[in-house]
Amino acid sequence: MGKHHFGEFEEIVMLTVAVLYDEAYGIAIIEEMESRLGRKVSIGALQTVLRRLEKKGYLSSRFGEATKVREGKRKRFFSVTSYGKKVLAEAKDQRLFLWKAMPEFVINN
Amino acid sequence: MNSYHGRPSKWILDFFRWYCHRDYQEDIEGDLMERFERNVEKKGIRAAKWRFIKDVLLLFRPGIIRSMEGNHQLTNYGMLKNYLKIGWRNLIKDKGYSSINVGGLAIGMAVAMLIGLWVHDELTFNRYHENYDLVAKVMQHTTANNEVFSGTHQPFPLSDGLRNSFEEDFKYVVSSTEIQEHIIANGERRFNESGAYMEVDAPEMLSLKMIKGLRSGLELNSILISESLAERLFSNEDPLNKIINMDNRVELKITGVYQDIPKNSTFHEMAFIASWDQYLSTNTWLEPYLYKWEYDMSPIYVQLQPHADIHKVSDRIKDIINNSLIGEDRNEQSIALHPMGKWHLYQEFENGVNIGGSVRFVRLFGTIGIFVLLLACINFMNLSTARAKGRTREVGIRKAIGSLRAQLMYQFFSESILVVILSFLFSIGLISLSLPWFNEVADKAITFPWNNPFFWILCAGFILSTGILAGSYPALYLSSFQVIKALKGAFTTGRLAIISRQTLVVLQFTVSVVLIIGTIIVYRQIQHTKDRPVGYDRDRLVSVTMKTNDIHDHFEAIRNQLLASGTIVEMSESSCPLNTYCVGLSDFDWQGKDPAFSAAFSIFWISPEYGRTIGWQLLDGRDFSRDIASDQRGMVINASAVKYMGLENPVGQIIRHDEKDWKVLGVVNDFIVGSPYEPVKPAIYMFAPWVSYIVSFRLSPTVSTQDALENIETIFKEYAPGIPFEYQFADQQYAQKFNDEIRIGKLSSTFAILAIFISCLGLFGLASFTTEKRTKEIGIRKVLGASVFILWRLLSLEFFILVIISCVLAVPFVLYFLENWLANYEYRTDIPWWIFAISSLGGLLITLLTVSYQSVKVALLNPVNSLRNE
Repeated sequence: MGKHHFGEFEEIVMLTVAVLYDEAYGIAIIEEMESRLGRKVSIGALQTVLRRLEKKGYLSSRFGEATKVREGKRKRFFSVTSYGKKVLAEAKDQRLFLWKAMPEFVINN
Repeated sequence: MNSYHGRPSKWILDFFRWYCHRDYQEDIEGDLMERFERNVEKKGIRAAKWRFIKDVLLLFRPGIIRSMEGNHQLTNYGMLKNYLKIGWRNLIKDKGYSSINVGGLAIGMAVAMLIGLWVHDELTFNRYHENYDLVAKVMQHTTANNEVFSGTHQPFPLSDGLRNSFEEDFKYVVSSTEIQEHIIANGERRFNESGAYMEVDAPEMLSLKMIKGLRSGLELNSILISESLAERLFSNEDPLNKIINMDNRVELKITGVYQDIPKNSTFHEMAFIASWDQYLSTNTWLEPYLYKWEYDMSPIYVQLQPHADIHKVSDRIKDIINNSLIGEDRNEQSIALHPMGKWHLYQEFENGVNIGGSVRFVRLFGTIGIFVLLLACINFMNLSTARAKGRTREVGIRKAIGSLRAQLMYQFFSESILVVILSFLFSIGLISLSLPWFNEVADKAITFPWNNPFFWILCAGFILSTGILAGSYPALYLSSFQVIKALKGAFTTGRLAIISRQTLVVLQFTVSVVLIIGTIIVYRQIQHTKDRPVGYDRDRLVSVTMKTNDIHDHFEAIRNQLLASGTIVEMSESSCPLNTYCVGLSDFDWQGKDPAFSAAFSIFWISPEYGRTIGWQLLDGRDFSRDIASDQRGMVINASAVKYMGLENPVGQIIRHDEKDWKVLGVVNDFIVGSPYEPVKPAIYMFAPWVSYIVSFRLSPTVSTQDALENIETIFKEYAPGIPFEYQFADQQYAQKFNDEIRIGKLSSTFAILAIFISCLGLFGLASFTTEKRTKEIGIRKVLGASVFILWRLLSLEFFILVIISCVLAVPFVLYFLENWLANYEYRTDIPWWIFAISSLGGLLITLLTVSYQSVKVALLNPVNSLRNE
């Protein structure tokens, strides 16, 4: 086990942010998760996790341009930091390692 | 574009904006709006609004809600922090002014608090006793010759009379002796202890807190003792049911131990209580008096029933003595109840009316305390106002940035409260340091009420009100400056400001001068009374209180032995100590006496050597002589008695007393026995072979005092073994009569000095400030040729005039207060004009010294230096 680990929801949020790449802001993330995973997420739940991940240094954010929609409020775009990528990769490796270690028949059954 | 734009409810949006972290607000609100807009399209405005509310509520969670600290937001907290910081920097910047300000206020507060504690202690006197509200002492007011005399001693049958006839009014009636010293001994441990004989209900009435035994244990042959006495007698042993010896005469069983009665109780000194029956059975000579209403013997205390009204009861019992007296002995005697709450502060009676008493000291010191605090506050206001100039720019900038006047007021108030809190901390330090000294001077046992919530609430109120009072001037005045003027620095001190500052200085010095004169008068009164001729020789005069008859029974032998060894010049016995009137009788008749005139005399029963021992001066006739048998029916009276009786040729006059004839042998001078502030009472000295209470010695001048006392002690021990030999010097006894006045003198002089000190601090600060402001003016004047003297005069004149005005204002106050105070003393000093002159001169001198330090310093400055920098 590495020293970093995060919850399942945190991991999914980070992956979604990574998937959206340049377009990862609040509503987009929620919709992405809805369409890809069929998972309903409230703004509150998402925003808390986003801020927490940002504080931990896994995510970074920047403001976008103001537009006419959203009553002129700017979007905050999130992106995965290199540190965040490292941690994600680590998590993936750990899982793969476990998958690989699993006896064949367990999966087949 | 979207066909229709609804808006989410404003209140929920406001709610969101209120709680959301400022950094996150914009983009999250954007997200919310985006989703809302989409929801409107998809599901309609209603559903979208609901959805919005739900989202906002779901966002209300720790990661999103803004934190309560930090200055990210415009709360008062940040501003307050800024005010405190600026206030603190202002304090630190000018350490001199600040220490004057804080120190002055701290001293003022310490004085006010000390006085407050003292006043509280005085006002709660006797509150230790739970039945405080119901207990009273029986007073007797005797009208004789159109004058009313008040006394606390009552005839013996009165207690039963009250008990039996007024059962529904009194819960307890307790006859008691005065608190007197007795010898209490447990084997070799012997002590002279103060205590009283009291009737059985006394412990209940006084609500003694029993540590061992019961309150009901006060019976014949038993005794209740205080905790500290128990410890002295028995160390750690259990004292209960132990036998102790009293006055080498009776054995008493300890049936109870009570908690020591605290210092602020009338019964504080009472280390033991023995039963009243014990008193009567030990002193068999009292028996004939048990049924006599004519003789006033001892105090009586009562406790009323809870529903009884003290005035009504007083009224009902008024004539009980009068009605019991028959025929000629009938006098105008009325009795009344004096409630426990008034014993300490309202103990004086004049013409049968309670005229107050020590309460005037409570008022006096209360006033002084308030004034000292006022002075300190005035200083604070003065200095703050003076320094206000330095802060006009700050006020201007603050106003320009957008400070409201209310905010500025808030700032100055919080700043002044900061200083007051600082001073308060210092003053608590000062109090803890000075409390032991204060207790000694004031003869109190005051402790600092650290754990009394009421005290702290009071202090908080005190801080707040002082802070607001002290800060009100700068807060109200500074904040009213106009922005532009303030910024330009074109602020000139208004006429009003100068006048109010001058008023404050005048007020301050008026109080100081009043205090100076007051202190001088108090000391003058003490000195005046001390200088009053005493009338007998106090030098080398020693007296011993005897509780047994051992010395009396061997009086001749002891006297001869001491005379032979050259230890003493003379020795004698008497019924009363030298410094107290202890017996009063009215049963006297003589030729030419107006039948309506009921004469009362102070009586001294003495042995024939008494006069020669104390050294009284015979004015007429002769002294007693042991060799003339008929002298046993003789009297010596004092000059006041002669005047009182209206005798032309007193010597040889026959006076009828106790159904016998007595011849006046001689007249002596009026020497002071009671209070030195009062006239000498008419006194009669009678030869009494039975007296033994006080033994007095005149030590021989050829023997050292110490040797003489040792000799006397050796002989005493021989004849009266087991009695502690305790003696008192007449001069010390006499000096004790001034204790109260000396205490007042000490306290008021201390307070006066502190008040003056505080005033001077204020003046010093003010003077240094005003002179500093005029440094440039002085420089220019010097360049133009002004001399140092002229400059000094210029700078000091203003203060000089103010102090003169104060002195003039002080005169009527002083006259009013001190005339009132002196009126309490029969034998009193006057208030001569030179006291005003000297005090005013003193005040002026102090002012000049204070101001001159600054003005001379500025006048001596090199004008080049003062004019160079801008």
